[in-house]
Amino acid sequence: MTESGEDAHRTAQAVARRSYGKLVAFLAARTRDVAAAEDALSEAFAAALAHWPATGVPDNPEAWLIAAAKRKAIDAHRARRRSEGASPHLALLAEELSIAPGTTQEIPDERLALLFACAHPAIDEAVRAPLMLQTVLGFDAATIASAFLVSPAAMSQRLVRAKTKIRESGIPFRVPQREDLDERLPYVLDAIYAAYAEGWSDPAGTDTSQRELASEAIWLGRLAAMLLPGEPEALGLLALMLHGEARCAARRSDAGDFVPLSEQDTAQWNGAMIDEAEALLRRAAQLHAIGRFQLEAAVQSAHARRRVAGAPDWNAVVALYDALWEKTASPVIAINRAVALAETKGPRAGLAALDAVNASALSQYQPYWSARAHLLARAGDHDAARPAYDRAIGLEIDPAIRRFLQKRKAALGGGQ
Amino acid sequence: MEYMLVLFSDPKGFAAMTPAQMEETAGAYYAYTQALQKEKALVDSRRLKPASDATTVHVEQGKSKVLNGPYIETKEELAGYYLIDVPDLDAALKWAARCPSAHHGHVEVRPIWPMPG
Repeated sequence: MTESGEDAHRTAQAVARRSYGKLVAFLAARTRDVAAAEDALSEAFAAALAHWPATGVPDNPEAWLIAAAKRKAIDAHRARRRSEGASPHLALLAEELSIAPGTTQEIPDERLALLFACAHPAIDEAVRAPLMLQTVLGFDAATIASAFLVSPAAMSQRLVRAKTKIRESGIPFRVPQREDLDERLPYVLDAIYAAYAEGWSDPAGTDTSQRELASEAIWLGRLAAMLLPGEPEALGLLALMLHGEARCAARRSDAGDFVPLSEQDTAQWNGAMIDEAEALLRRAAQLHAIGRFQLEAAVQSAHARRRVAGAPDWNAVVALYDALWEKTASPVIAINRAVALAETKGPRAGLAALDAVNASALSQYQPYWSARAHLLARAGDHDAARPAYDRAIGLEIDPAIRRFLQKRKAALGGGQ
Repeated sequence: MEYMLVLFSDPKGFAAMTPAQMEETAGAYYAYTQALQKEKALVDSRRLKPASDATTVHVEQGKSKVLNGPYIETKEELAGYYLIDVPDLDAALKWAARCPSAHHGHVEVRPIWPMPG
């Protein structure tokens, strides 16, 4: 390959990375057919790799790709409809996709509309995050499947089904009007957070697809915050993810051991990310509409205070969990609140709060048992702490956390 | 796009109504149908007699088998439909939420196969 050939190759790849979601959104918003848009674009990228090394990179690569993808989409449509005779839809499609080749016209950014389509309540909740990762970021089904612990065949089937549902049921590609935005935005933010949470479970970065997932989810969060700057929960979600990501390096020792938040070396926290998260939270607060993500980010902010003040603001943490409990009534929140309460009122108060949580729903929830074990140990009740540690160890997936819990249990001394 | 709003409700609820409640419900459906008409979204609508009046037919090896009752017995039964023509699913979901059946029963929103030609 000549030097300009290599240039063209690199440009094609750079455009692919930067513009993939934008181009899918542009095409799909006009045809409602996500799968056809993806197919047409992948052919257009292949054509670019074949042509650009010889002809040079066009001035407006995105417009070139759209024009090429448009031709492919129309060809594919024509092939499908051949048996049914001429379709008026073809002319419509050509018109809707019209953007003059060689133009310097900016491709409108409709990725937010694509996010709202992917996270539409008519789409199965479990597939919303994977669908966003595929359509906006171009992840393949196998990568998404491994991150979400699903077989590639099952994941690709779910993705295909969701795209068919978008096309056949007429799910709109549109950012909802004000009256509906409050109802629909949480679906989008939840799906982004679900993608982040999948990535978060692998802090050591041993599984690259998961590690990538966390940073790509942050990228989606940035996109949502940038396109919806007046939505405090979009800012809150980004702040929450940045606080989590800032501690990534501190969550494992050099030996790969799990380090709990309270023992993390704050020098290893990413100060720039924390500062950005704090600035986002301040901006969100000025919009005067508190929500779940802002509260959860504020909890992380109270923990991050240890960096400058030497200790977390436990009173703030308890108050924030109280507010979260009011909003969500989630048992997971109740567990976190009990642990925070133990810091302000002592382990017995924490245990009493934990006893009030509906334990039957949590019998297989590892954090419940590790919180219980931890508080019992701190209260000096080692005999009760040991079996609670055993439950937690038996339920844990991550070997580093399992080792950590085993060490804690061994430190209690005494029986098995 | 055309959608069918398929209405499901418990006929016992209707049977238990006082005449005043029945009149109120009928008024609500009338107003809803009017609103759909005014917005030029209504294609067609019909109310069905109860499932206890249904007869089900299945042909097996050339012989027609006739069964008394609906194909599927459910507490909430198919009670009627609205065929509407609106721009997209969100518009259809909005109309479904306004339908009185959505309050005392369920409304299933189904896209219609477009007819060729």
